Amino acid sequence: MLGEDKRVLFIDLSSEKLRIEKRVDLNASIGGIGIAIRLFEENFHPDLPPLDDSQPIVFAVGALTSVFPVMTKTVAVFYSPHTGELGESYAGGRLAFAMMQAGYDAIVITGKAKRPMYISVRSDNVSFRDARALWGLPSTVIGRVIREREPGPGKRSIIRIGPAGENGVTYASVCVDTYRHFGRLGLGASMGAKNLKAMQVYGTTPIAIKDFPAYWNAYRAVYKKCTETELMQKYHDLGTSINIEPLNSLGVLPTKNLKQAVFEHGEKISGEAFAESNLIRKMACVGCPVGCIHIGQFRREFDKEGHEYESISVGYDYELIFALGSFLGIKSTDEILALIDEVEELGMDAMSAGVALGWATEALQKGVITEKETLVPLKFGDKDNYLAALRSIACRENAFYEALGKGVAHVSSVYGGADFAMHIAGNEMAGYHTGYGALIGMSVGARHSHLCNGGYSIDQGLKTVDLDVIAQKLFQEEIDRCMFNSLIMCLFARKVYDRATILMALQSLGYPYTDEDLSRVAEETYAAKIRVKRAMGFDQEAVRFPKRFFETPSMHGLLDEEAAYETQRKFNAMTNDLVKRYETPPAEQVAAATKKPAKAVDPA
Amino acid sequence: MPKILRADGMNKCLGCFTCMLTCAAVNKKEHSMFKSAIRVRTTGGLTSSFVGIVCLGCTDERACAEVCPTGALRPRTGGGVILSPEKCIGCKKCIDACIVGAVNFDEDLHIPIICKHCGICAQFCPHQCLTMEEV
Repeated sequence: MLGEDKRVLFIDLSSEKLRIEKRVDLNASIGGIGIAIRLFEENFHPDLPPLDDSQPIVFAVGALTSVFPVMTKTVAVFYSPHTGELGESYAGGRLAFAMMQAGYDAIVITGKAKRPMYISVRSDNVSFRDARALWGLPSTVIGRVIREREPGPGKRSIIRIGPAGENGVTYASVCVDTYRHFGRLGLGASMGAKNLKAMQVYGTTPIAIKDFPAYWNAYRAVYKKCTETELMQKYHDLGTSINIEPLNSLGVLPTKNLKQAVFEHGEKISGEAFAESNLIRKMACVGCPVGCIHIGQFRREFDKEGHEYESISVGYDYELIFALGSFLGIKSTDEILALIDEVEELGMDAMSAGVALGWATEALQKGVITEKETLVPLKFGDKDNYLAALRSIACRENAFYEALGKGVAHVSSVYGGADFAMHIAGNEMAGYHTGYGALIGMSVGARHSHLCNGGYSIDQGLKTVDLDVIAQKLFQEEIDRCMFNSLIMCLFARKVYDRATILMALQSLGYPYTDEDLSRVAEETYAAKIRVKRAMGFDQEAVRFPKRFFETPSMHGLLDEEAAYETQRKFNAMTNDLVKRYETPPAEQVAAATKKPAKAVDPA
Repeated sequence: MPKILRADGMNKCLGCFTCMLTCAAVNKKEHSMFKSAIRVRTTGGLTSSFVGIVCLGCTDERACAEVCPTGALRPRTGGGVILSPEKCIGCKKCIDACIVGAVNFDEDLHIPIICKHCGICAQFCPHQCLTMEEV
């Protein structure tokens, strides 16, 4: 509970039994990823497959959730069916707020429901509900059905999967409150394997402010910084899509399966273009005064005769515009929104889905596969074929689409074409061909996400390319973000929350953490992630980059393959040094952690 | 000059609920936004628009005060009412009487949550949905 000892809800879907534990030992890990990775490490089975019934899904909120601006994220940790190693994904929306109000710092779900089910988590109950009739329905419908069936008016959170998750597409996503997602690494498939269609969370637990003057002073200071910072204004104005234009101008916007990094129609799909033709609304996660969620509307003709149209609105962001736009050569905002809508309905990660289609298009062009496999003549720029292909992936239309639904690393291992299968360690690339930072950052990032360490941003800040500097910056950022993700802040706000601000906020709620604690938790959390990954069989130095990364010029010109591997080795050496320092057996760590309770004042 | 809270810019609402969080914090010393006097909600899922339910600051006739059996609600200068908690028995008649549903209830203290028109919510609204009108 906020400012108190950690409280964890364990739900076993097989037995439909619950357990609630007060976990004083987790207090020292602050919250968020800090506690989620520990709960996962305790409960996962490295010797069993990622989708085994017994594997846990852990959701956790942070130490500052909802009560400070932009502390909006929930972390999910799971055994990724996509990469076969650490699954870690973050979502905004209302989930973090709802979990806090339900009185839980973390929810651990194990087992498998006997039949399709959804669960309703409330502060006073957890219900297991029949979801057989909901199986096969798109996530958009699920939200409405549960909203109408379950009590919990107003401020609830409903997370749900679509057909892709049910059918085991390894990059199936989980939709959170209509417009946000646990997008990457296949949490949707993990839920689907458990027969878990959805989860509602709702609670109204009162949480008294312990020291109002301290809290209010801290809150006001942070709010002021958030609303007056130029950086945050940028995210509100055009949203993340603002980056399409500058990144295309820099020549780093992956286009047509990264055959090029400049999109000749870039200006037609820029943030400005979306704002002018499609933007109808902006929204925010709970407790965020920025409001970066951008909703775009497009018109769809559903009958050729008689001018029959419907209007559809979907959220759009930079990564989606890259993956379903430039990467596929799609050159209009309406067409991109139509593809986003399809991905949303089917419930899959837009980034992996787009990159998978990019590979399939080039593979077809090159004759690696034929139309016998793809069923439709996939072609860069042709939206309708892509819509059909997305549906084929989600319903596993044939053996080829089943393989494509396991990602480009897998499908290219079956059919060939690995040199242009744009993944890094099994996760499809993000929308930045900026240089060594982006490439190596995604490789060494614990979850192979561009958000692990922001390598794309490091590339853009460099005056000269120095691989040692890049490795060190990536390492520092990777570790710092473990601390940010224990709070859990939206990473857009990372420049608002400097160390002093974070400490002020934590201390105003009665947490006794010091600057040293923040550094320690960051390192411990990172070490725990690496332990988990290595137990799952991950070997950093075995990661191989597809050739295409070295054939298309980046901001750093053509990247040198050997230099990339050398930098990866250097990073791994730093990781080894750090992990060694945290090799203390778990029992001793627990003993050390419990010496320092979270409460500032001993009630005795 | 007394002021009255107006939720006349709700078309601009982002749904961040900062108004509710700050109202509950300042007026109830609570982190839970369910203790807020102002209530923002959707009209049915996140694809619908947001509405802001606030005390309209009635002046001549105050339905909530009229039905109060113990005189716990007295007129506030400029509009609305002021609650005397020591006189309140938690009968919830004021909740039913308010036609716009602006009276919230504190289930823990068993008293209604009455808007003071203090303006904290408007001050922290990042999108100019709420204003304070001089009356």
